Amino acid sequence: MSGTNSVVAIRDLGKTFGNEGSQTVALSGINLTIQPGEFVSLIGPSGCGKSTLLRIIGDLTGPTTGTVEVNGKPAARARTDRDYGMVFQAPVLFDWRTIEANVALPLEIIDMPRARRVQRIAEMLSLVELSDFARHHPWQLSGGMQQRAAIARALAFEPRLLLMDEPFGALDEMTRERMNTELLRIWEQTGTTIVFVTHSIPEAVFLSSRVVVMSARPGRITKVIEVGLPRPRSDETRELEPYFELITEVRESLKAGGHGSDAGTIADEPLEALQ
Amino acid sequence: MTGATASFGRRADVGGALASLGGIIRSILAFVVVVLLIAIVWEAAKWLGGGIWREAFGIVLDPPHMPPLRITQLNDTNLPHVWEVVGALFEPATRRSEFSLFAVLLDAALFTWRGAAIGFALGAAIGLGLAILFVHSRLLERALVPYVIASQTIPIIALAPMVVLWVGRDWPSVAIISAYLTFFPVTIAGIRGLKSPDPRALELMRSYAADWKSVLWKVRLPAALPYLFTALKISATASIVGAIVAEAPTGIAGGLGRAIIQFNQQFTSGPEKLWATAFICAALGIAFFGLVRLAEMIVLRNRQREVEA
Repeated sequence: MSGTNSVVAIRDLGKTFGNEGSQTVALSGINLTIQPGEFVSLIGPSGCGKSTLLRIIGDLTGPTTGTVEVNGKPAARARTDRDYGMVFQAPVLFDWRTIEANVALPLEIIDMPRARRVQRIAEMLSLVELSDFARHHPWQLSGGMQQRAAIARALAFEPRLLLMDEPFGALDEMTRERMNTELLRIWEQTGTTIVFVTHSIPEAVFLSSRVVVMSARPGRITKVIEVGLPRPRSDETRELEPYFELITEVRESLKAGGHGSDAGTIADEPLEALQ
Repeated sequence: MTGATASFGRRADVGGALASLGGIIRSILAFVVVVLLIAIVWEAAKWLGGGIWREAFGIVLDPPHMPPLRITQLNDTNLPHVWEVVGALFEPATRRSEFSLFAVLLDAALFTWRGAAIGFALGAAIGLGLAILFVHSRLLERALVPYVIASQTIPIIALAPMVVLWVGRDWPSVAIISAYLTFFPVTIAGIRGLKSPDPRALELMRSYAADWKSVLWKVRLPAALPYLFTALKISATASIVGAIVAEAPTGIAGGLGRAIIQFNQQFTSGPEKLWATAFICAALGIAFFGLVRLAEMIVLRNRQREVEA
């Protein structure tokens, strides 16, 4: 089923939180294969486990049942091989580092030689159009610029897989649309595979080559929708008839999955303490 | 447009430096004003309830001022005039001394500060080392933190003679006792600060497969710095008090502790000397605090709005 060269291969995955007393099934019966160069969005109501699924792919938490392979290796191995970059909803930039030093952080950790590092940072900052802000501190930048810096940092060591957990969720609608266009440009330039968690239907449709629709309690995949919109996509894409049809299709799938509304659902998946 | 914004950022840096300089000047001015206010209240109290004023600032009062009230605590032995205390600093320390009291106390302050500063450095290092240990081992934290807390309930007066007995009657003893008082706030604040990073920052480091040393060096320690400086400011003053308290009952010569004992014995004949010594002790504590505060301002200059403490 999954080709040997798939970037992500998930088989019969399940995840249960809690101890023997009270258990919550967060994910159940997940099967998903992602090919190189794909842009796959995970969409679903709060509590459907889409963030948990992303974190399992990134080996930030483990599955209860089933297996995850990244680049043909177990997820834990892929993590120690630094096969993926991670972008969270908050930029998580370090206040005490300038923008360029923030982008340099993963490169310092992999011990990249200084000369190569400097060159790489310059490339990354130019990719996200922050070259003029290299020496600024994060708090001197807007939210959108901070998130672009976080993307530059995630791409710094050329990971084959970029995991993004609602990266534009905290931005206003205008900025979000601009960031979507920029993200597609970066994706096309780098050829990185992207797994993207979002709440927003238009965002999922606009960005993705495939939209994976999930339902809540237990979190499972209810539908996978191919997005055949022409590329490169631009603001004009948002006015195409097929774009609206796909939005409707995703919305209908979410409703069919139940729990279509975010109202009244519990807060998102618990973060497991790392300390 | 981006160029304009970039230069705005640079200007903000310069503005920040100027603002912090202005802040320093304002704090110093506020400090001077408060010192003057205390002196005014002090003399006002003596004007109302002290001894007979025969002179003020070296000017003879004729007729002398007779305060309407007579309050023992305010007489010239218990509460000498401010100018007598200040004047005593510039008179010979003892009748046969060739040095002024100020020179003698400055010398003593430097001696005490050496012990306190070495103790402070030692205590800060031990305190931070313990915090790092505790943050990485839940077991050690649970097992040892109660003892760390218990250690602070032992009075220094009880501990100091034992340390002097083991280490000797000189500044190394002072340093050890200072370290003992210094390490505790650093450990407690250090644990808090090292645990302060956003959990996602730690997940980010995990996604880089960073080892614990990288996490400590690049995330935990920088995040802990504001907490550590708050503790170090407390420790700076505590180390001075600790050094003086260590010197006083154990007869270590050369420091402010010994000076306090000596001028205590001469209190009835020259109370202003003990008062002057007390002021020098306070000045030393404030100076050390100021030094740490200055280091804090330099180290944390690029942080956004840190909590002032």
